[in-house]
Amino acid sequence: MKILVCISKTPDTTAKIAFTDNNTKFAQDGVQWIINPYDEWYSLVRAIELKEKDAATVIHLVTVGAADSDPIIRKALALGGDEAIRVNADSHDSFYIASQIAEVAKQGAYDIVFMGKETIDYNGSSIGGMVAELLDRPYVSLATKFDLNGTVATINREIEGGEETCEVSLPVVVSTQKGMAEPRIPNMKGIMGARTKPLKVQEPIAVDALTQIASFELPPAKAGVKMISADTPEELVRLLHEEAKLI
Amino acid sequence: MSVLIFIDQSEGHIKKSSYEVLGYGAAVAKQIGTSAEAIVLGAVGDDLASLGKYGVTKIHHADAANLNSMDAQAYAKVIAEAATATGATVLVFSNNVNGKAIAPRVSARLKAGLVAGAVALPDTSNGFVVKKGVFSGKAFAHISVNTAIKVIALNPNSYQPAVTGGTAEVVKLATSVQPLVKVTATNKITGQVPLSEAELVVSGGRGLKGPENWGMIEDLAKLLGAATACSRPVADAHWRPHHEHVGQTGGSIAPNLYIAVGISGAIQHLAGVNRSKVIVVINKDPEAPFFKAADYGIVGDAFEVLPKINEAVRKLKGA
Ligand SMILES: Cc1cc2nc3c(=O)[nH]c(=O)nc-3n(C[C@H](O)[C@H](O)[C@H](O)COP(=O)(O)OP(=O)(O)OC[C@H]3O[C@@H](n4cnc5c(N)ncnc54)[C@H](O)[C@@H]3O)c2cc1C
Ligand SMILES: Nc1ncnc2c1ncn2[C@@H]1O[C@H](COP(=O)(O)O)[C@@H](O)[C@H]1O
Repeated sequence: MKILVCISKTPDTTAKIAFTDNNTKFAQDGVQWIINPYDEWYSLVRAIELKEKDAATVIHLVTVGAADSDPIIRKALALGGDEAIRVNADSHDSFYIASQIAEVAKQGAYDIVFMGKETIDYNGSSIGGMVAELLDRPYVSLATKFDLNGTVATINREIEGGEETCEVSLPVVVSTQKGMAEPRIPNMKGIMGARTKPLKVQEPIAVDALTQIASFELPPAKAGVKMISADTPEELVRLLHEEAKLI
Repeated sequence: MSVLIFIDQSEGHIKKSSYEVLGYGAAVAKQIGTSAEAIVLGAVGDDLASLGKYGVTKIHHADAANLNSMDAQAYAKVIAEAATATGATVLVFSNNVNGKAIAPRVSARLKAGLVAGAVALPDTSNGFVVKKGVFSGKAFAHISVNTAIKVIALNPNSYQPAVTGGTAEVVKLATSVQPLVKVTATNKITGQVPLSEAELVVSGGRGLKGPENWGMIEDLAKLLGAATACSRPVADAHWRPHHEHVGQTGGSIAPNLYIAVGISGAIQHLAGVNRSKVIVVINKDPEAPFFKAADYGIVGDAFEVLPKINEAVRKLKGA
């Protein structure tokens, strides 16, 4: 079994969001970078669990990013995974990134490609579907559970107001979210071992970006909170009914 | 030339978010001077022709039984082929669970630039630029689409459709796809508004102390016809089911009203709810960060305040 896990780099969840260059670039000063939580907590940990059950499983990690992504991919290797591939390109266009990942996936003939439900910075939720289409493979998105029985995967996925169980034969592309696995922290052995695991850097294939970020904008500040005394909570109900007209 | 809108259905019923994309797609068509058509896959119980009132002239209905449940690969193929047949230059999806699976596939198949999470109509004054949410609700980006065909996935609850009147012509669409993903079981919480579609949401945090205290949250939700949600530690502790967890790593919602009870308002929680139009915070700590993001606030003990609120709502509703 060969698994490819997509790893992306995102600002820490508490990072201050600000922009520079006339609101065209994310202000990176002082930003801590982390592995996108979905990639780390769900995709990677589930892949590691599958390898723990079947030692013949091989896990490769892929990231599309410049050299400043190396610490992130090393951190992912410290959690688990056998080797990593970094495609040396910096892009925010989903189709460009997906094309690079699909190329790596084709070369390695992976049975499963895991990615996170979305990146917490650009919120595309797009890479998974695009990679699946480029590979012409089935895609199960927003998965909360993934089990293997031979070459058939049983997957739970989110639907509006609930979940669905589905079955699909490998190969498959899956986007993961909460429920899939429990977050882990790397141990000393993992951290030491990650230093010697192969991290291959390869150049991107030529692809045209289909979109471009023209500018960013911060939402307008809230007008301020209207406080209601705890002695008269019914006043809140009146305001929601008469002023906000919501109930 | 046309705009092609994907109508999403579940068990034969058209989803609320589909009405939003119908109105949105019709507005885009008007803006670029073309007509709006729609496509729906699987058996549908609702009346399709009447959807013309949102401004679509034609609805392509592929009703093959093997399309009743969503398979992204098969759906994308059918939709992309219909887009080519109708000469669509803009495709519109809801950025809901199914839209997130299908729209990227259609985008890659047609080599058409995708804006996922759109919150407004495109700006066509200089190219084709669409505003979308980024940084989990903390900012917006204006995305310029460079390709001849554009794909837009509209965030639920971010566009109010206009109803104009009129009926649509419904035409059957023959398909020959073979879905590879087989749905074997569905587990839906019945009798409740799905969180992603809810206009009103009542949410509880660790301040409620334990699952046995959720009765008052559920009472309020029931009285208002609202969905229930919770903070992450509450779902982690299994006080509430996982799908109720909202925030950076849970669901992202944008209801008209979000009532947060005993939730501190951590930045990761806000990331999932800050697109709500009106936020009410009930917390016993006046320093709770949530008050900074709130429109209405009560500093008080939920166990005293909430029953009184429920009583007032009960009176209001005459229940
Ligand atoms: C990477 C990352 C991702 C995360 N993702 C999420 C996410 O998606 N969603 C999420 O919610 N969190 C997330 N978190 C966790 C987040 O940081 C907070 O820890 C969490 O939101 C706190 O939940 P809470 O407000 O319910 O609990 P607490 O922080 O414990 O707050 C409880 C609140 O209840 C109030 N209270 C206590 N008793 C009463 C009473 N009787 N009446 C009224 N008020 C009372 C207290 O004053 C307090 O403000 C994430 C954290 C990290 C690091
Ligand atoms: N630059 C990247 N390199 C590798 N994987 C990525 C990259 N960007 C996104 N992904 C993967 O695709 C998932 C969804 O991203 P997105 O579609 O951008 O929201 C992420 O959770 C990652 O697993």
